[in-house]
Amino acid sequence: MVSIEDYGNYDTAWCPGCGDFGILKALKKALAEMDKSPDEMLLVSGIGQSGKLPHYLNCNFFNGLHGRTLPPATAAKVSNHELTVMAIAGDGDCYGEGGNHLIHAIRRNPDITVLVHDNQIYGLTKGQASPTTQPGMKTKINKEGVFNRQLNPLALAISQDCSFVARSFSGDIEHLPETIKRAVEHKGLSLVDILQPCVTFNHLNTFKWYSERVYKLDENEYPLNDRVKAFEKSLEWGERIPMGVFYVNDRPVFEDSLDVLSSGPLIRNEVKTELVNELIDGFM
Amino acid sequence: MKVDLTIKIGGAAGQGLDTIGSVLSSTLMKCGFFVFTTQFYLSRIRGGHNTFQIRISDEAIKAMDEKVDILIALDRASIENHLDEMSDGVVIVDKDTVKLDDDFDSLFHVPLLKIAKDTGGNKLYANSVAVGASMGLLCLDFDVLSDVLSSIFERKGQEIIDNNIKAAKAGYDYARDNYPQGCKFDIRQPEKHSNKMLIAGNESVGLGALAAGLHFLSAYPMTPSTGVMNYIAGKAGKFGLVVEQAEDEIAALNMAIGASFTGARSMVTTSGGGFCLMVEALGLAGMTETPVVIFQAQRPGPATGLPTMTEQGDLLFAIHAAQGEFPRCVLAPGTPEDCFYMTASAFNIAEKYQIPVIVMSDQYLADSMFTCERFDASKVPVERHLLSDEEISSMQEEYGRYRFTQSGISPRAVPGQKGVLVGADSDEHDEFGHIDETQENRINMVHKRMNKLELLRDEMPVPEIYGPEDAELTLIGWGSTYGPLVEAVDILKEEGHSVNVMHFTHLYPLPAEKIREMLGGSGMKVCVENNRTGQFARLLAAEAGIGMMENILRYDGLPFTPQFIVDALRKKEVL
Repeated sequence: MVSIEDYGNYDTAWCPGCGDFGILKALKKALAEMDKSPDEMLLVSGIGQSGKLPHYLNCNFFNGLHGRTLPPATAAKVSNHELTVMAIAGDGDCYGEGGNHLIHAIRRNPDITVLVHDNQIYGLTKGQASPTTQPGMKTKINKEGVFNRQLNPLALAISQDCSFVARSFSGDIEHLPETIKRAVEHKGLSLVDILQPCVTFNHLNTFKWYSERVYKLDENEYPLNDRVKAFEKSLEWGERIPMGVFYVNDRPVFEDSLDVLSSGPLIRNEVKTELVNELIDGFM
Repeated sequence: MKVDLTIKIGGAAGQGLDTIGSVLSSTLMKCGFFVFTTQFYLSRIRGGHNTFQIRISDEAIKAMDEKVDILIALDRASIENHLDEMSDGVVIVDKDTVKLDDDFDSLFHVPLLKIAKDTGGNKLYANSVAVGASMGLLCLDFDVLSDVLSSIFERKGQEIIDNNIKAAKAGYDYARDNYPQGCKFDIRQPEKHSNKMLIAGNESVGLGALAAGLHFLSAYPMTPSTGVMNYIAGKAGKFGLVVEQAEDEIAALNMAIGASFTGARSMVTTSGGGFCLMVEALGLAGMTETPVVIFQAQRPGPATGLPTMTEQGDLLFAIHAAQGEFPRCVLAPGTPEDCFYMTASAFNIAEKYQIPVIVMSDQYLADSMFTCERFDASKVPVERHLLSDEEISSMQEEYGRYRFTQSGISPRAVPGQKGVLVGADSDEHDEFGHIDETQENRINMVHKRMNKLELLRDEMPVPEIYGPEDAELTLIGWGSTYGPLVEAVDILKEEGHSVNVMHFTHLYPLPAEKIREMLGGSGMKVCVENNRTGQFARLLAAEAGIGMMENILRYDGLPFTPQFIVDALRKKEVL
């Protein structure tokens, strides 16, 4: 049996009270409870405070570029589909710099889980607006308040038929690990938008602010594969913020569409010299 | 008598130039000729004026000739634009469809459309009529063409094969019976080839990647590189590899890196504009020490530039692209053989040194077909440089992806192997891939990475010399200019000049010491490049301290011809 201790205990560079601690703890718990061993896990992250998370977990990791979590994660999964691949990103990372990759990863539907640390602010660069920053919030750049509309990642994902869409909160130590487990166990691209406070740079969306608003949605309210109902639900944001699994659609998965993977991981394929020579003969 | 003829097919996009050109070149090659073809096309799907040019000889040829002997004019523009390229040639034209104001002695009317309809019942067969008429005009064996048509249309069924052969034969007979000067070109069919192939640069790169055991290719389509992606995608099922069309070039290279990190041999294909978008990930490959092969088929820039033409304008960009300093390798094949063997070796270099390797081609090399020695995939070594499971189980200490070693190359394991955890980071990192911002670590890691460049430099081969070693004049070039340079030397040798070519395929890192020794003599040096600023000459000056007497530069979007080089040498009074 895999235990939480197998995932190690590291010093972090996060601010005391950061929502990232809750996500790290929930992730370790979820992985241990699913009995995932560190050597079968690959965590791919970008840049931002979220991008550091894989450094604090004893497993395989690829901490790539800002916004570019999904392309390497997708290709890693294709290359060795026996690995459990997770993409760890932030709101600036996944919805700003890497927004295009998210749209196309949803279309492609590889079996990977995307955890987005959504603190509605840029932390690493010290307090600029992110795509999910609340309009009107004043920042060093937006002195009169942010004008741009707030991106709704859940509505975007559901509109594009993302195969698993959920929201959770870093402060809910029961709900978050359960949601992560369901996302990992779901076959296909799973997007989990995780609300988390940034204690240093976001003084509007605080732990208290979130705690007062989040509520668990009733999963019997509508069938989870009803895209229109799910979309409607995803629009709810304000005094009350629903969290839970909004939408599930067991769409065909990218790796399953690749016949070549049916005989085993791609990386085990050997060179086919004779076949190349046959092709060469075709040019004679 | 030596055969050296050039056939040009001109017409609008969509008129079937490609079909006529490829059937005719394939037939001539099977007749035993050495065939060389180039394509000139505009960035449009229909219309415009495009050409497909075929040069044939009974001796090895490596470049295009400027004078045209047979012009197959599918439109009026072909005659208006190319009549002055002909001295004593023949223009095959269907006057029923191409309306002309004047008549010329060289015009030979072949009713392509009428024959197509009469024999095959469809105007589509006009292409086969045109090929047949060309073969008739050359007085060559019809049987060879018949065989070629049978194999090309094999999948379309017997009726289509028969109709094409009938149409081609009617065109052939028409030319034999009606051309007033009979067998004007008086050529003898040579002996058939035994071990030759006719192939373009792009297909050769594709074959090279397959021979290297490619697992994963991600790309975004971009002329003139797309042919490689298309070729490999067509073989993906058979070879058990994955080709993914990415949402953009940023994703393409990040994907290839993710695949490679996990243990797949991976590559991307692109042109300059797409490579611009890959630059960020190029640095990622450098920092994370992830092997990857980048095929870059150049076209004239900047921005969209001339999308379907040729240039060697991205060399210094490829060598310097991305922030920071990291080792990389830049190769530039000059022939299809180079494309095949060097693409394959790019994977070995990438994995040995754990670096990105950029293979530079251009539209000219990508699209031109060359007659060359048959490639042999059995001669391609596949060297993965990966830790085996046995090696891992006998390891004494904890595995670290970036362990310091004397060479700077750390043993490479991949995620999923039992007994190791593999971590990589785009931040500066310690031996385990964890963020480390201390100065001591930084210095050690910079030394580790950059030492690989020096090891690679020692391994880089010196350029090939064609012609006498102690020539008075040395022409220097790189990549696709090989053929025109070599033929220019042949022409000048005939004229009694003492000239050789030093041709570079391994451009970065340059083995500067060895090159200095080779070029240290007193002879004149002229660098010949398809760009405006003499990029390779500048690289040679910077890396090896070697200066040129002159530069011959072409930047009109067209490739060099041997004649262009000879004329330019005269104009610059080098000769």
